[in-house]
Amino acid sequence: MRDDIRALARGRWRVALLLSSIVFALYFGFIIAVAFAKEAIATQIVPGLSVGILAGAVVIVGAWVTTWIYVSWANRHFDAGVKAINDKERR
Amino acid sequence: MNATVPATSLGEPNITAIIFFFVFIAATLGITFWAARRTKTTEEYFAAGRSISGRQNGFALAGDYMSAASFLGIAGLVSLSGFDGLIYSTGWLVGWPVVLFLIAEPLRNLGKYTFADVVSFRLKQTPVRVAAAIGTLAVVTLYLIAQMVGAGNLIKLMFGISYEAAVVVVGTVMLAYVLFGGMIATTWVQIVKAVLLLGGAALLCFLTLAQFSFNPALLFAKAAETYGAEVLAPGKQVANPWDAISLGLALMFGTAGLPHILMRFYTVPDAKAARQSVFWATGLIGIFYLMTFVLGFGAMVLVGRDAITAIDKGGNMAAPLLAEALGGTGLLGFIAAVAFATILAVVAGLALSGAAALSHDLWVSVYRKGDAPREEQLLVARIATVVLGIIAIVLGIVFKGQNVAFMVGLAFAVAASGNFPALVLSIFWRGFTTGGAVTSIVTGTVASLVLIGISPTIMVDMMGAEAALFPLKNPAIVTIPLGFASGVLVSLIAPEATARDAYDAKERRMIVGAE
Repeated sequence: MRDDIRALARGRWRVALLLSSIVFALYFGFIIAVAFAKEAIATQIVPGLSVGILAGAVVIVGAWVTTWIYVSWANRHFDAGVKAINDKERR
Repeated sequence: MNATVPATSLGEPNITAIIFFFVFIAATLGITFWAARRTKTTEEYFAAGRSISGRQNGFALAGDYMSAASFLGIAGLVSLSGFDGLIYSTGWLVGWPVVLFLIAEPLRNLGKYTFADVVSFRLKQTPVRVAAAIGTLAVVTLYLIAQMVGAGNLIKLMFGISYEAAVVVVGTVMLAYVLFGGMIATTWVQIVKAVLLLGGAALLCFLTLAQFSFNPALLFAKAAETYGAEVLAPGKQVANPWDAISLGLALMFGTAGLPHILMRFYTVPDAKAARQSVFWATGLIGIFYLMTFVLGFGAMVLVGRDAITAIDKGGNMAAPLLAEALGGTGLLGFIAAVAFATILAVVAGLALSGAAALSHDLWVSVYRKGDAPREEQLLVARIATVVLGIIAIVLGIVFKGQNVAFMVGLAFAVAASGNFPALVLSIFWRGFTTGGAVTSIVTGTVASLVLIGISPTIMVDMMGAEAALFPLKNPAIVTIPLGFASGVLVSLIAPEATARDAYDAKERRMIVGAE
């Protein structure tokens, strides 16, 4: 039982760490580019839309996508693991 | 100050604003009356009886988080400096995935009312709770100062009443919600506010983009044509790259240490609902920040920078002025009332989390050793709420006329350096100890406050010194690692066998839930 819980906790920790690193890399990629590559960030892709504005929007969409990935992973796999432990204990 | 500045009715009593204002007050006091009859225990007072659904909590989290500083402040910042505002918007949003991945579910399964419940779970109650209460009250106080001073200035500008009267009105109405309706009333005020704010921003966005064939790029291009291409590029907000990075760290990790946000996860029935609520909150807050960016550019183009700075140098009135330009005084009145509702909802959440730290952590757990009669717990919670309400009003009046915009950034720095490391270490690390937790919270909190005290914001801008002792405006890049390192170091030097042994039970409850 303890090992089941340990395994489940470790699995969740891995997913959480992976997704956190993705968000961290996205956001600090954006901040570092803004801070150190100002010229590239100022380039306009079409008139009015600079690389920086697009990159900012990508960070926001990236935050949505990663939370969606986590929630669908947890709803499917993590909750099933919790249910399995509960079932085992009831028996 | 400028002949081309168009006339505005901002600051004169506005009949639509007053009508919307009273409708909002009447509706929310009605909710409070309804909630008061359902608030009989501490669990209802601080956690809405765990009866809020994931989606409802998502809206309430958004209502708790989208402060006037982000609505009026970011729209204003964008209207004056363009692209730079996006650095704040993205930073305030990326804190939410962190809350979801690392904190929300363990917090819900391990705690009752405050984040100190989680940190102190297998550690010695008294020292950890005292330290966590200090961390909580530091963040709540800084945040309250920023909100109350902002409230006084905004309401004075919008409704033309005196600053002190505005602060007292906000403090009193907030106190009415929280004192009688507790978390149930606060939750529904936050939900109503989130819907109003998102609806108002969407309406303004629609009206703005309607003038640009619903293509934001045309709006941005028009702004670049009028004010130069630099409005689409990084500007003076990122003059020092390290400042931008340090601020980014505070924003990303601060959200997960804000007591009034963390407290909301106790209002849902289980960890799954806590998870669902962050998903909703992230979506709503992300949409909101995309809209404020468009609104800022809309104000820049359709109102004009001179007209915005003529009313308020910081640009805070950009969104209301845009509303007036698009829909006349009627729309201005609606947006003014929405801004007011926004402030009330945030202040109510802050007061409730401060009251929980005072009554649940300090009175019940430390002074009464966890053994206080139920009636006493509820009474102390209400007294603590009144104390927080009075503190909010006094702080608002004491800090009148001060530039307090930096205090939100400071609150995030303290939350990220004092509260966040202790929470993460206590959840994920078996070897964390009482000494480590106390050291981590105290070091992170004190270091943030001290480094802000000797930062350019205080020493150069406020006290007029030549140079500051510490070069960065936000200390997070130093203080977050310091919070983690001090907690780990003390735990390694003096291990705590009982805490180590109790980790299995904690891990079990974190995964499976209570019972």
